Amino acid sequence: MIAPHLASKLPDDQRIVITGIGLTAPNGNDWGTFRQALLDKRSGVQPYEIRYFGETLAGVCDFDAKKYQSKKDIRRGTRAGSVGVYAANEAVAHSGLDWENLDRSRVGIYVGVTEHGNVETENEIFVIKGFDYDTSCWSHHHNPRTVANNPAGEIALNMGITGPHYTIGAACAAGNAGIIQGAQMLRLQECDVAIAGGTSESIHTFGIFASFNSQNALASHTDPSAASRPFDKSRNGIVVAEGGCLYTLERFSDAKARGAEIYGELVGYAMNTDATDFVLPNPERQAQCVNMALKRAGLQADQIDILSTHATGTMSGDSQECAALRSVFGECTNTRINNTKSYIGHAMGAAGALELAGNLAAFADGVTHPTINVDDLDPDCHLPGLVLNEPQEHARVDYILNNSFGMLGINSVVIVGRV
Amino acid sequence: MTPAEIRDEIIDILDDISPDEDLDGLDDQKPFRDQLELDSMDFLDIVMELRKRHRVQIPEEDYGNLASMHSTVTYLEPKMKDL
Repeated sequence: MIAPHLASKLPDDQRIVITGIGLTAPNGNDWGTFRQALLDKRSGVQPYEIRYFGETLAGVCDFDAKKYQSKKDIRRGTRAGSVGVYAANEAVAHSGLDWENLDRSRVGIYVGVTEHGNVETENEIFVIKGFDYDTSCWSHHHNPRTVANNPAGEIALNMGITGPHYTIGAACAAGNAGIIQGAQMLRLQECDVAIAGGTSESIHTFGIFASFNSQNALASHTDPSAASRPFDKSRNGIVVAEGGCLYTLERFSDAKARGAEIYGELVGYAMNTDATDFVLPNPERQAQCVNMALKRAGLQADQIDILSTHATGTMSGDSQECAALRSVFGECTNTRINNTKSYIGHAMGAAGALELAGNLAAFADGVTHPTINVDDLDPDCHLPGLVLNEPQEHARVDYILNNSFGMLGINSVVIVGRV
Repeated sequence: MTPAEIRDEIIDILDDISPDEDLDGLDDQKPFRDQLELDSMDFLDIVMELRKRHRVQIPEEDYGNLASMHSTVTYLEPKMKDL
């Protein structure tokens, strides 16, 4: 058993560290820009229109896909693939790895996704509708675009990586799940570098908007930047976003040997399952997941300096998560609590990885970015340590805990420590 | 369609499926694969686009006729002359 051992007690070749960060978010296409947008309280939500559903709001990314892909590869592949290719290349560049001389059979790709294939399937149905549903006009690209490993496979093709590649389907817990999978594979010596995190192309499927709308869980607001408002009394649902965030993870021994800059160490993690409902979260199970991660990290709740919440802006989801957190952090005086979806919306499979990245810079600058758009705090969401509307500066940040939960009751928690 | 119009149509399809290529200097007598980075999926794209745009059906045993621009236009001429 590897996981229950305290990270600090593990030998260096079992300690897992973050050495590179690549991302695209609706308010930034690199780590520094994204971080600055959070400190400047700059939203990435904008008006958006999609076939059949019509006008709505979304978090839209404007990264330059042609930076790492040919036009032909962009056309042939998927948006999730392009997001992944961009984030993976950016992460490797950021890591300082000697990529040209690296044994790429020892690189693994572990990409969390909430869903994959809806966009491409909807597109093909739209196309054949124009041909009276003649399936001979259904693209031969459909299968390679919709196989569940697609986003990870496109990264492998683009970067010549011949180690293992696959996606981790974990609803909106997927970003954390990708990181956890990468760490586990490094500990098992299945790879020497893990490219891990999550991606999302979800704003390109009308179905996700229509389904949230039918569930009365799709956000609307006259001001797009105010639409995503977790913890606020007037919150009315989720703003769907696209995005991606992939990390290069390495064993501490390898990172130290090559003199890599280290942005944090995975000191604890946990995943569990509610087993109670398709959609509604279970605070008791969420709290168990948080406590399991704390126990594995050998930490008390009050040692967590920043808690990055999952809250998506739904009435029940936010209050349920806050109930779970109250049971664990209710007496804490040190822990500051924030939410990044209030800026970018819900980036689905990328959410956990992006939200962690938004907070990681606090190890260096000591600042907790706030949850924005909280004009009238819902008493059901009250927690000690909530950072609302204005950043808070602190002398030192040593531990960040990142929540990511998803439908079918999947819960994930990652704790990253300063190295 | 005239042979020249068929050629223009194939150029338009190639421009769609292989947007990074410069098609201005294409030699009609030489195989596409000697001049462009096309794989089997790209040739299926040509077949698919002709089906979608003009309802022209190309059976698999005839795919060899799509090797070069010259052979493609020659093959398509009787199928597209009345379009």
